[in-house]
Amino acid sequence: MTPKSKAQDKSNTNKARTRVSKTYKLFIAGKFPRTESGRYYAFTAQSAGSSFKANICTSSRKDFRNAVVAARSVQKSWAAASACLRGQILYRLAEILEDRRDQFIGELILQGASIKHANKEVDASIDRLVYYAGWSDKYQQIFSNVNPVSSSHFNFSILEPTGVVAILPPAAEENQCGLLGMISNIAPAIVGGNTCVFLTNEKQPLTAISFAEVIQASDVPGGVVNILTGSNVELMALFASHKDVNSLVHMEKSLEDNKKIQELASENLKRVICRSEMRWHENIAESPYMIEETQEVKTTWHPIGN
Amino acid sequence: MATMAISKSKLPDLSKIKPVDEIGVNERVERFCTRSIKNEAKNTALKLTLSMIDLTTLEGQDTPGKVKQLCQKAIHLHSSLPGLPSVAAVCVYPTMIGTAREALKNHDIRIASVATAFPSGMSTRSVKLMETKYAVSEGADEIDMVISRGAMLAGEYSAVFDEIAAIKEACGTAHLKVILETGELGTLDRVRKASELAIHAGADFIKTSTGKIQPAATMQTTLVMLQAIRDHYHATGNKVGMKPAGGISTSKLAIHYLVMLRETLGNDWLTPALFRFGASSLANDVLMQLQRQTDGLYQSPDYFSKD
Repeated sequence: MTPKSKAQDKSNTNKARTRVSKTYKLFIAGKFPRTESGRYYAFTAQSAGSSFKANICTSSRKDFRNAVVAARSVQKSWAAASACLRGQILYRLAEILEDRRDQFIGELILQGASIKHANKEVDASIDRLVYYAGWSDKYQQIFSNVNPVSSSHFNFSILEPTGVVAILPPAAEENQCGLLGMISNIAPAIVGGNTCVFLTNEKQPLTAISFAEVIQASDVPGGVVNILTGSNVELMALFASHKDVNSLVHMEKSLEDNKKIQELASENLKRVICRSEMRWHENIAESPYMIEETQEVKTTWHPIGN
Repeated sequence: MATMAISKSKLPDLSKIKPVDEIGVNERVERFCTRSIKNEAKNTALKLTLSMIDLTTLEGQDTPGKVKQLCQKAIHLHSSLPGLPSVAAVCVYPTMIGTAREALKNHDIRIASVATAFPSGMSTRSVKLMETKYAVSEGADEIDMVISRGAMLAGEYSAVFDEIAAIKEACGTAHLKVILETGELGTLDRVRKASELAIHAGADFIKTSTGKIQPAATMQTTLVMLQAIRDHYHATGNKVGMKPAGGISTSKLAIHYLVMLRETLGNDWLTPALFRFGASSLANDVLMQLQRQTDGLYQSPDYFSKD
């Protein structure tokens, strides 16, 4: 044994190395800031036998405000990017996610998944990204139309992104373990040229913030996707009432919450989309109609000579 | 108290000016940005900010229609919010003064005009004087002139001084704001020197920038200029105004400036008569904040008129 390897050997046996653990922070405008409020909550592993613990940011209204500002500032240029480019970027997300599957399987297990389920969920998440990447230059053809009119006009309707989409988290049980439900809501929103602010479920923050790292590594311009952790109860009313948010996606079941959201959203005529009945692992949870839901139809009357 | 006539004003001895401590300025500015502003103070500051704005359009593409629209905005900032102050002035090119005067008649909003070959200042003295006189005869209440940065950088201080004094005389009763264009002066020392020159030559206001050069107004340069104003006030008792312009587009930043103003010059300067913001997009951001203070909802620019 050489002296050097001896020394290494010694350090390994005598003193256990202190693990450097990751700080889970927010994802706003392509950066990872801590919450401005300084508040956090403790996350402990749901899986048996794990001692994993992490402090997770409890986002405040100001974090949400900052996220909306970031989403708004980049929305026009993201919508102006070609469909082909947006598709490529979504596909890149799938590539990087595939590359990091072990990390996500590990985190899904910490969030309560079985090994089998975690594998299945990561597979489905990657496939869903590829699915929406493929739709990027095709949904327009399906939903746009030349309309028959009885006048001297060439009349056609096309889809335009609604703008900034705020997404409240799926409930933990339907969402299974956190990754698929998130991707199934973010991907159809951004593929159509929207930007979004996503709040993750309190019980499933790890995969959300790690997915933010995937986003950051995938040519998605900063601000297109913003991810917050924290309390759904606390932020719901703000998501629904912010006047610079154009569309709200939520999965609330209770009539009371639905009523409250709709009332607040009416303030600026937000498009409200309720996906409470969605089963994210089923094929029905991927559809071009999910893209169409966060789009506005623009109809143009173009005069023609006869 | 010094009541020297302007024609008798003398070139100050610039060699006596102490060098600016840049690190100190940076640290001081950082402190201004950490004040906690409570809601009530914030409301007051926001309204004060509105009343200090020189709503500005200085583009080659300005049309009479655009200027009329800007004046409408100045008069009706946001009708759904009652009790708002109006802005201090609208700021336009000399050829647009007539249009602005027509649009603002019967309203207590002043008309400011740039002059002296804005923004570069690259022209002869006689042309600059002519332009100034033209602007005054058209009805401008305030003249925003630019100094000759070339002369300033070449060290021809007396030329800069004489020019400002001559323009001041041509202004007559109109207020004179002297734009130093700090982005082209390079160092804080030169900003301080130029401030002294302008103040001694008879400026009613000193102003940071044209808005055409980056960097435009920064808190650092503004602080150095405020200090020049303060020292002049202590020496002579004369109050000179300050106008940072360019790049101040958020309420938060505007409030930082007000904090700096209050802590450098005191309450006397917290008035549109002695402090202005040169800005085009600041007004809407302030209005959005005021609206939010009223109904508690985060606002969208979609619901505020563009100017």
